[in-house]
Amino acid sequence: MRNVAVIGVGMTKFGELWDYSLRQIFTMAAIEALEDAGCSNRDIEAFYVGNMSAGLFIGQEHLGALLADNAGLKNIPAMRVEGACASGGLALREAYLTIKAGEYDLVMVGGIEKMSDSPCTEDVTTTLGAAADQEWETFVGLTFPGAYALIAKAHMERYGTTKEQLAMVAVKNHKNGKNNPKAQFRREITIEQVLASGIVADPLSLLDCSPISDGGAAVILASEDMAKKFSDTPVWILGSGQASDTLALHDREDLTSLKATRLAAEKAYTAANMGPKDVNFAEVHDCFTIAEIVATEDLGFFHPGGGGKAVEEGLTEVDGKIPINPSGGLKAKGHPVGATGVAQVVSVVEQLRGEAHKRQVNRAETALTHNVGGSGATAVVHIFSR
Amino acid sequence: MAHLESVPMFWRRMKSLYSLIGVECLNCGKKYFPPRLICPECGGKEMKDYRFKGTGKVVSYSIIDVPPKGLKYQTPYGLAIVELDEGVRVTGQLVGCNLGEIKAGMRVETTFRKIIAVNKNGVIQYGYKFRPEGYPRINNGEKK
Amino acid sequence: MQNGICGIVGYGSYIPRFRIKIEEIAKVWGKDGSRIAKGLGVVEKSVPDMDEDTITIAVEAAKNALKVAEIDPSEINAIYTGSESHPYTVKPTASTVAEALGAVPCVTCADLEFACKAGTAGIQMCMGLVASDEIKYGMSIGADCAQGKPGDALEYTASAGGAAYIIGKNGCVAKIEGTFSFTTDTPDFWRRDGAEFPCHAARFTGEPAYFKHVIGGAQGLMDKLGTTINDYDYFVFHQPNAKFPLRTAISLQIPTEKLKEGLVVRHIGNSYSGSSLLGLARILDIANPGERILVTSYGSGAGSDAFSLITTDLLPEKRKNAPNVDDYIRLKEYVSYALYAKHRSKIRGI
Repeated sequence: MRNVAVIGVGMTKFGELWDYSLRQIFTMAAIEALEDAGCSNRDIEAFYVGNMSAGLFIGQEHLGALLADNAGLKNIPAMRVEGACASGGLALREAYLTIKAGEYDLVMVGGIEKMSDSPCTEDVTTTLGAAADQEWETFVGLTFPGAYALIAKAHMERYGTTKEQLAMVAVKNHKNGKNNPKAQFRREITIEQVLASGIVADPLSLLDCSPISDGGAAVILASEDMAKKFSDTPVWILGSGQASDTLALHDREDLTSLKATRLAAEKAYTAANMGPKDVNFAEVHDCFTIAEIVATEDLGFFHPGGGGKAVEEGLTEVDGKIPINPSGGLKAKGHPVGATGVAQVVSVVEQLRGEAHKRQVNRAETALTHNVGGSGATAVVHIFSR
Repeated sequence: MAHLESVPMFWRRMKSLYSLIGVECLNCGKKYFPPRLICPECGGKEMKDYRFKGTGKVVSYSIIDVPPKGLKYQTPYGLAIVELDEGVRVTGQLVGCNLGEIKAGMRVETTFRKIIAVNKNGVIQYGYKFRPEGYPRINNGEKK
Repeated sequence: MQNGICGIVGYGSYIPRFRIKIEEIAKVWGKDGSRIAKGLGVVEKSVPDMDEDTITIAVEAAKNALKVAEIDPSEINAIYTGSESHPYTVKPTASTVAEALGAVPCVTCADLEFACKAGTAGIQMCMGLVASDEIKYGMSIGADCAQGKPGDALEYTASAGGAAYIIGKNGCVAKIEGTFSFTTDTPDFWRRDGAEFPCHAARFTGEPAYFKHVIGGAQGLMDKLGTTINDYDYFVFHQPNAKFPLRTAISLQIPTEKLKEGLVVRHIGNSYSGSSLLGLARILDIANPGERILVTSYGSGAGSDAFSLITTDLLPEKRKNAPNVDDYIRLKEYVSYALYAKHRSKIRGI
């Protein structure tokens, strides 16, 4: 099997991009990635794009061909990959596997979501609800924040995790986002502000939730030969793991942990021949503050129930023991759902190349990305190194 | 959001929504709600209808303040994962008590309510919700 | 029909837990709430939850009736739902009730409307089918989420609730000795097709409407059966307020004690089709075996159905299977007029 590297990355600013359509947003990210890789649109052999729900958000399906066409990737195989908010991470993995298998040498991976064209918050809530079990969860009133609220309540009940600790995740990620020019939120917030921001789904307040965002990201993956041809600073994908679980949260034995994350991480660590201790920093799926706490436990950085304490002790700060989401994470950087898994790779590559400026992690040699779909029915983990 | 107004989608699930009909695997005896065609535990493909009693306890809960389409009138509402006495878990709204009275571990039973009616002229979709067990003979703060 | 050939095998009630005080409503319209409450003999009325309607109330009451009857739902071969607030103009309430009970598919279903007396009309229909051995058990439900126009006199009392009765020959908690109806075309209260709220003819709803028909029905039944006031332990009349049934009792020379146990209107208001049937349920909740009850419904437009009942030895045991009317009356949560408006979907623009 062949080694695979990331040789080019690009992403738009995340946020409410009123002036741009889905196709424009993606194309801007694609152009940036091609330029960064130093290759041309005609060099790309295949295209995978992660997108959760353009059909419901803007009534547009068939994104593979649409975006390949717009990015000038004429006539190559192009397809959309969907796994709710993990769509981007899944697209990356599919591209990685095809290169590893020897089918292609140069593949573009995209991630895109245009959420702000929805008429109102209720529509966004309904669309995101499609990531859960429509017939038996969403129908009876479960919302996406509601699912993570159920996880948060269970975590608080079992481990004594506090609302303040949840708030600290948001505070930290906003602090990191301040230094990320592409982040949706570039201002610091306080614990008090989070706690007073209005309940969305008890115990989660507005500032415990990632925002409604538009954004696109693109990366170019290359086989080892091709990587050496195009790049002096390739970032290698050392391991990739993916797992699924029951779509409905209620069907899972343990609400305080995402089994799919644990299984995906195990596979990625094994493939990379590494353990949690070997990872210098991570971009994890903090769609809600509780999700980051649970993720840091499931990925093995802290023991079960230790995630809340860890953020309280500053262990996950940019200068902490294991920096988590130095980019600002989904919380501050923004969460255009289908783009997130690819944007995480963009953030990791910038760090590993030492190009993260004010948010640069001190020792950045190895990194991990963790991307989750729904309330944990899909999880995908990748491990990278310089 | 056409699926919210789909009549067949609702009608097909009616027995389960109205009467908590799930299935029991004839091979290993494991019960499922909603019905499944194959048992993930033993691979058994012979299932028979099983009517859950509808009583159980709250495993985890939330109060939803930002609703999806069609539920604005009911907001805020209580939502819980309930473990039925048969060991199977389901998600449902909690009614029949004040939101502040909802607690993890509280005993509940099913009740029949409107779930959603998105469109004033559309079909009203009914189904199960949960309320404190023994309703209306529950202690509501005031004695008697 | 032979006297006592069929009877009530099971009965069940349901009242939503929300209440609004008459004074709270009066405050909104600048009226003297305590005077109004005193005049009507009603202190508060029940209000349905946001996700309750006539169908959900009917299902809850029907499930309680099944518990008392201790029969399999598939043995019920007729279900009638009487209401003037069926959630659909076209599409039956009764078929949803039948499905929710597990009584489908071998069952005849229909929705009835005769203002506040459609539920008792359904009981008479069940009696006919049971007595003729066409069916084993029939169920009739009277339930409403009553509409009252904001600011109208009806708003003080229009409430929500319902009661279900299973009629059969065997295992009766009360035998029906006979029934009698008294009907004329008297337009005292109506709601035109498509209209949101009912209209009424103010004081015309009294003498020529309510009193003439309720008294006509009750007296007609006693004449038919050869009974007198003294033969009855309890009387239940349709209760749009407490004043009307009390005045009826006075004109028929019925001692007030025989009426007051069934006057649930004081605590829950007028649940329209549920009204007299909840009053009867309250009596069945407390009556001893061998006691006689005369119940007379009233529906505007106008008519009354009167029934003579005698309780059996099975009543005290079987009624323990389900919550009683007092359980529902006791469990209450007060709402403001603003919340009441939300509960009754009176807020526009959502």
